[in-house]
Amino acid sequence: MHSTLYDKLWNEHFVTSFDSGESLIYIDRHYLHEVTSPQAFEGLIKKNIKPWRVDANIATPDHNVPTIRAKSFAIESIDDEISKIQVKELDKNCDLFGIKQFDIKSLNQGIVHVIGPELGYTLPGMTIVCGDSHTSTHGAFGCLAMGIGTSEVEHVLATQCLKISKLKNMRVNFEGIPSPDITSKDVILFLIRTIGVSGGNGHAIEFAGSYIENISMEARMTICNMSIEAGAKVGLIAPDQTTFNYLKRSSNLPRELLTDAIEFWSTLKTDPDAKFDKEITIDVSKIKPQISWGTSPEMVIDFDETIPSTSTRKENQKNFENARKYMGIKDEKKLSDLKFDRVFIGSCTNSRIEDLRDAAKVLEGKKISKKILQAIVVPGSGQVKKQAESEGLHSIFIDAGFEWRESGCSMCLGMNPDRLSPYERCASTSNRNFEGRQGNLGRTHLMSPKMAALTAIHGKVIGQ
Amino acid sequence: MRTEDNIQIEGIMAFIDRDNIDTDQIIPTEYLKSIKKFGYEDYLFDGWRYLDEGKLGVSKTSRKLNNEFILNQPIFMTSKILLARDNFGCGSSREHAVWALRDFGIQVIIASSFGDIFYNNCFKNGLLPINLSRSVIDRLFQLSAQDAQLVKVCLQSRNIYLQGEEFSFNLEDDLADRIINQFDDIDISLKFADKISCFEQDRITKRPWIFYNE
Ligand code: SF4
Repeated sequence: MHSTLYDKLWNEHFVTSFDSGESLIYIDRHYLHEVTSPQAFEGLIKKNIKPWRVDANIATPDHNVPTIRAKSFAIESIDDEISKIQVKELDKNCDLFGIKQFDIKSLNQGIVHVIGPELGYTLPGMTIVCGDSHTSTHGAFGCLAMGIGTSEVEHVLATQCLKISKLKNMRVNFEGIPSPDITSKDVILFLIRTIGVSGGNGHAIEFAGSYIENISMEARMTICNMSIEAGAKVGLIAPDQTTFNYLKRSSNLPRELLTDAIEFWSTLKTDPDAKFDKEITIDVSKIKPQISWGTSPEMVIDFDETIPSTSTRKENQKNFENARKYMGIKDEKKLSDLKFDRVFIGSCTNSRIEDLRDAAKVLEGKKISKKILQAIVVPGSGQVKKQAESEGLHSIFIDAGFEWRESGCSMCLGMNPDRLSPYERCASTSNRNFEGRQGNLGRTHLMSPKMAALTAIHGKVIGQ
Repeated sequence: MRTEDNIQIEGIMAFIDRDNIDTDQIIPTEYLKSIKKFGYEDYLFDGWRYLDEGKLGVSKTSRKLNNEFILNQPIFMTSKILLARDNFGCGSSREHAVWALRDFGIQVIIASSFGDIFYNNCFKNGLLPINLSRSVIDRLFQLSAQDAQLVKVCLQSRNIYLQGEEFSFNLEDDLADRIINQFDDIDISLKFADKISCFEQDRITKRPWIFYNE
């Protein structure tokens, strides 16, 4: 008793401990993509080791794939020679080791953190890892899910375990009813702004409270997704009826197994008397739409607030000056004074069906501003795209002037053809506004799909 | 541990006075397209080090250097130690960030805190991340502002020596050992292969849905 959800998941997967204080933790599911896996596979080949449990692994290419692709698109059609090699390498390694891959042609291809849950590979109570920091997304199902480095990818392939130290426990209680224009993206941005980008360092954050209980799995995934931007590599939400209903649709488990599983999953929650090392409560009823102004995900303000020029903390004043300079903010006082060039709706944070519905609702019957050079919607997976098309969302986007693309990471990071040119300003639903993240010298403003759609219409940030 | 002289790292300390230096700054996404584990030295801090945009495989000599950036100043080009502030290495899990620092020749990073995944990645590659309090970091910045500093980091005594001043740091024996001997974690873990198998068998019985394959 007295255990947190994180403690329970940890104990459930504990194999053994070392003098260093580290433990060997069994891994149930391992996702792979093309960027962080080649060196790990090379390591296995060199050491002549086979994957411990092949069917624990699921792979898909997402970071490098172009989002303009015809049905017949093959890896060979990737223009960038180096990207092509990386995607090919994933193909080759999956074939070699017999790992299930949703390749570039598959209907199920997509951003790894979008396809895992929707194809039923993410289940409550699992340990899930991937060589990608946004693996925290899967914590929305009550999983112990975290991003790992390439050496650890190799280690998990070879041993089905991770050698790690236990994190501390932190709980964030989101209480209250938000105003109707507020999405989970605003809520998580508000948290990051409140506790800072290192606020969760060394901790697993459990998200709880009446707000969390009332939101969908998609919204929960957005929150857990960005726990890494708050410094926490693990974000968690206890599974409940909302989770089970989602899983009844997504999972491929035979009914009996699913019933047994749900019985166990229902026990996955923090005991009432469990202690947290850190705990905060946030009243979501007061939150306004949140938008980042600078180059760190904590540099966030209300959409109508004045852009800060000085920091409250002495030592990061320089960060503020650097950020203002990089973002091209001189005399502009408010976000509404800035002119936007591009709009990106996508990424593992906000490319699920709900996000597209949110944006489409704003765009219905409207046109994007002539000042916007380009606006793109990139569904997170082939399945999301199919669903959106069956609801006619694609026509709303296209009629408004958006480009309707194939799934991938796209403009979330400057690794594929979708990127910003120097000094371009982008309204983006992604998760990182770091310098150069969307392309060399590009300027990123993070926001919700609703606010991105509004920005597309007006060419600048505007309230509802 | 090996001989005494191997457990001291001595060299010039470079410094970057910023918080939250994320892994996208340490190495931008373009260079993550490489499938190699080495050869990232020219791309370290690419956006700050160069005035033009780079591409994987384009050599450093054809690029426009930003002469103001510290690692482009001759004395700092061979730095082995890097000083920064809060939350160094936050952001993406890319181990390429550690590879780039390592390939450049950095062996020690001193900061007031680190991104969790980056911190783990360091130890897998023999890079030593040292966590010090903000006030000590302030003092180190003060001392380095005056001139390029020769710094000595002693792993055995867990001390940093600089201009006659001494700063101590904490490090688990096992982690220090790992920096010096560069163990392979896979070898260590596979010593427990039987235990892992037993655990797995038990789990298959207890939680069969995890292992279900349609
Ligand atoms: S969408 Fe962006 S954050 Fe998510 S996995 Fe892809 S690159 Fe990473």
